[in-house]
Amino acid sequence: MSNPEISFSEKWKSATDPNDFAKTISLIPDGPLAEKWSKRKFEYKLVNPANRRKFHVIVVGSGLAGGACAASLGEMGFNVSCFCYQDSPRRAHSIAAQGGINAAKCYQNDGDSVYRLFYDTIKGGDFRAREGNVYRLAEVSNSIIDQCVAQGVPFAREYGGTLANRSFGGAQVSRTFYARGQTGQQLLLGAYSALSKQIGLGTVKMYNRHEMMDLVIVNGEAKGIVTRNMITGEIKSWNADCVVLCTGGYGNVFYLSTNAQGCNVTAAFRAFKHGAGFANPCYTQIHPTCIPVHGDQQSKLTLMSESLRNDGRVWVPKTREQAKAIREGKLNPNDVAEEDRDYYLERKYPSFGNLAPRDISSRAAKEACDDERGVASTGRGVFLDFRDAINRLGEDVIRDRYGNLFDMYENITGVNPYKNPMQIYPASHYTMGGLWVDYNLMSTIPGLFVGGEANFSDHGANRLGASALMQGLSDGYFVLPASVPNYLAKCGLKGAPKKEDHPEYAAAEAAVRERIEKLMSVHGNKSPRAIHHELGKIIWEKCGMARTEEGLKSAIEEIKALREEFWKNVKIVGTADSLNIELERAARVADFLDFAILLCKDALERRESCGGHFRAEFQTEEGEALRVDEKFHHVGVWEYKGDDDFVRVQEPLVYENVHLATRSYK
Amino acid sequence: MSEEKTLSLTLKVWRQSKADAKGHFETYKVSNVSTGSSFLEMLDILNEDLVAQGKEPIAFDHDCREGICGMCSMTINGMPHGPLPGVTTCQLHMRNFRDGETITIEPWRAKPFPVIKDLIVDRTAFDKIIQAGGFVSVRTGSAIDANIIPIAKETADLAMDAAECIGCGACVAACKNASAMLFVSSKVTQLNTLPQGQPEKDRRVLAMVKAMDDAGFGNCSNLGECQAVCPKGQTLDFIAKMNRDYAVASIKKLFKSRGKSRK
Repeated sequence: MSNPEISFSEKWKSATDPNDFAKTISLIPDGPLAEKWSKRKFEYKLVNPANRRKFHVIVVGSGLAGGACAASLGEMGFNVSCFCYQDSPRRAHSIAAQGGINAAKCYQNDGDSVYRLFYDTIKGGDFRAREGNVYRLAEVSNSIIDQCVAQGVPFAREYGGTLANRSFGGAQVSRTFYARGQTGQQLLLGAYSALSKQIGLGTVKMYNRHEMMDLVIVNGEAKGIVTRNMITGEIKSWNADCVVLCTGGYGNVFYLSTNAQGCNVTAAFRAFKHGAGFANPCYTQIHPTCIPVHGDQQSKLTLMSESLRNDGRVWVPKTREQAKAIREGKLNPNDVAEEDRDYYLERKYPSFGNLAPRDISSRAAKEACDDERGVASTGRGVFLDFRDAINRLGEDVIRDRYGNLFDMYENITGVNPYKNPMQIYPASHYTMGGLWVDYNLMSTIPGLFVGGEANFSDHGANRLGASALMQGLSDGYFVLPASVPNYLAKCGLKGAPKKEDHPEYAAAEAAVRERIEKLMSVHGNKSPRAIHHELGKIIWEKCGMARTEEGLKSAIEEIKALREEFWKNVKIVGTADSLNIELERAARVADFLDFAILLCKDALERRESCGGHFRAEFQTEEGEALRVDEKFHHVGVWEYKGDDDFVRVQEPLVYENVHLATRSYK
Repeated sequence: MSEEKTLSLTLKVWRQSKADAKGHFETYKVSNVSTGSSFLEMLDILNEDLVAQGKEPIAFDHDCREGICGMCSMTINGMPHGPLPGVTTCQLHMRNFRDGETITIEPWRAKPFPVIKDLIVDRTAFDKIIQAGGFVSVRTGSAIDANIIPIAKETADLAMDAAECIGCGACVAACKNASAMLFVSSKVTQLNTLPQGQPEKDRRVLAMVKAMDDAGFGNCSNLGECQAVCPKGQTLDFIAKMNRDYAVASIKKLFKSRGKSRK
């Protein structure tokens, strides 16, 4: 299926000079950091307002990036179609983000600046993100807050009427704007309201309960998609001048994650199979503060916001004996004396303490549990304790700050966190890797743009808290609405390819039908969920918080065997031409199985530890991640050549402003 | 974690193959359900059993499973989202049920929310109401600095209270009139309370109420069932606020100067 017309790996291999690469392939503008984005915006070609409605743009996904992008392009007058698999665009999983959104407003007078946000994000990403992209992100962060406030997003405020902030991991300033414990909800509903306005005005057509099954390439450019109507089962192709994918991350490859049940890699993986580069798939974020796994019936893991670490203290007992007694229910954690508690984050990282970044906090939790000092019945859990904060501030203050999170915790676990310490453990949460994009957020396939978590662009090897919302909205409100019209202007007014003139559309539809037919005709004995569950166990064990050469190699073999079983033994009841939840899951799991091999291969090839990617072979004596900058200060980008035949090429990272340092939070 | 046990349950579940098919209740047994599982995980177990027997699993809407997306929607023993106040179906855990209990599960019942299949209903009528006026018209990139307009904490908090609505539709399902007033008034209260929403205040409330009526939702008769079942604690105060805004907007419209007369 890979398209020889858009093969990029040969071209990339010949671009040996990093500066040249940045300029001609990554398309990063010349000049000082602070001027790059302004310069690029001026270079962009524009489309005359009267002509905009003649261009059709497909946006897949209605989260922060997709919703904001569709709304903004629609408002500019482009003819937009937006697709989502949920029953309404308001459900997209951006809605579940709890803690907040970063911006360099410096309303707290604490020394923040665009440059500091840029620097913190680059450092937080373990020096594996592009300078130009991250600076732009920091630069537009302030406009995002302005935009959201103007839309009526009810951010928290001080008594004087100005906006309030809180602190988040990996920063020593308070730059996180928040709406109680549901900032993602409020920002998404803001984008949804802007999108709804355009739907009402007719510039955006919304297609709910439509799942993208494939991408359509015409003459080497992305010119449409194929969808399955999830109610009727209808397979249909759609033509357009360009396609924007804002389809989220692939965290559900772990089966258990904080993602929504429907989140999947299908759209991104289909694009990859058509020749779009996939960058850094091994950069996955394991969030340190989730409610621990309780048993085999569990379908999802619930996040407890990072903001809780502002007031909660993370600890395990100092001795294995006490930990064992707690696990067995013989010892109440409240009875563990102060001197018997190991507040390991405060001990190891005194200057950042409980607000150490996510990758570091997660590994520290794993370390404590590997040392048999974990709590929870499974031994995979640590305490997040509010006792001291409640004694210092009173229960009411804590309730005001985190009430909804505490209620959620009690609902799920049946334990009152005001009286007992929370138990938490790391879980798959976010994926920094994604489809490769240039500075204009265009993939290696011309006409295919990628925004939000689906692209790889801004977080390097580890994302800081409250930066996902920032990036989604930056892409959606500010970057894509500038860069997409530039591409459209270059296409000219010839219009989207007509379906009747181009056999590619019918062929793509036929391929999707054939694939569905193939799935339906297996008639095996195992449910798609059961196979997904097994896949998740392999990935969590061997490509989770700590990875080894040996483990990854065996994971690849196990995944191949599981995939073979899937295609021989998957059982899908019901029919293809009606609402069929088993078929939906099976189609997604089929792509996860192929993608999982890519994930493990990337983790295998990146022979260093950085950010969320921890290779046990590469660590300091203290167990910290050991980067190998000489060999791996680059983006690893994969090209699809055939089944399991992926070629890895590099985008060198050019740092003109930041000095590569060892990341320290001590 | 609190201590876990397992439960055996009898489920009476509404099955309906498609929108225009006749539905009926089907009885199922499910056992070995951990008290630590969520209600939807219990249905996952049942569905896996059904699939193993070659039967079609029960179709239900769900996505985030953390109580915020608003997608899950089922009436459990006659109560939308089940027996616990302030909790969505996905956050309802099985420790709230007894071993041996019979549980009845139905879709939202309301004319503007037609059944698509089994427990899945069509809630696009809610989207249409938001499209009519549930927004502040502000062009991307045209906003003023976020701190230029100070907003009293109390005002921001009230707007935030109202904004917590997740659009699940439990309010409609609980109401004998299938009224959407709690949903609509939540959005109206959020935006009409904030200074940013003032310029469009009147046209917003008029347009949203009209869209609500056009979609076939009934009127409010102050029974408060909606408030009782709302998983996010939205209250009738918002409906009172919307009625006030609606009355003022209607009167203003009635007495509005026609401006210059044109021939």
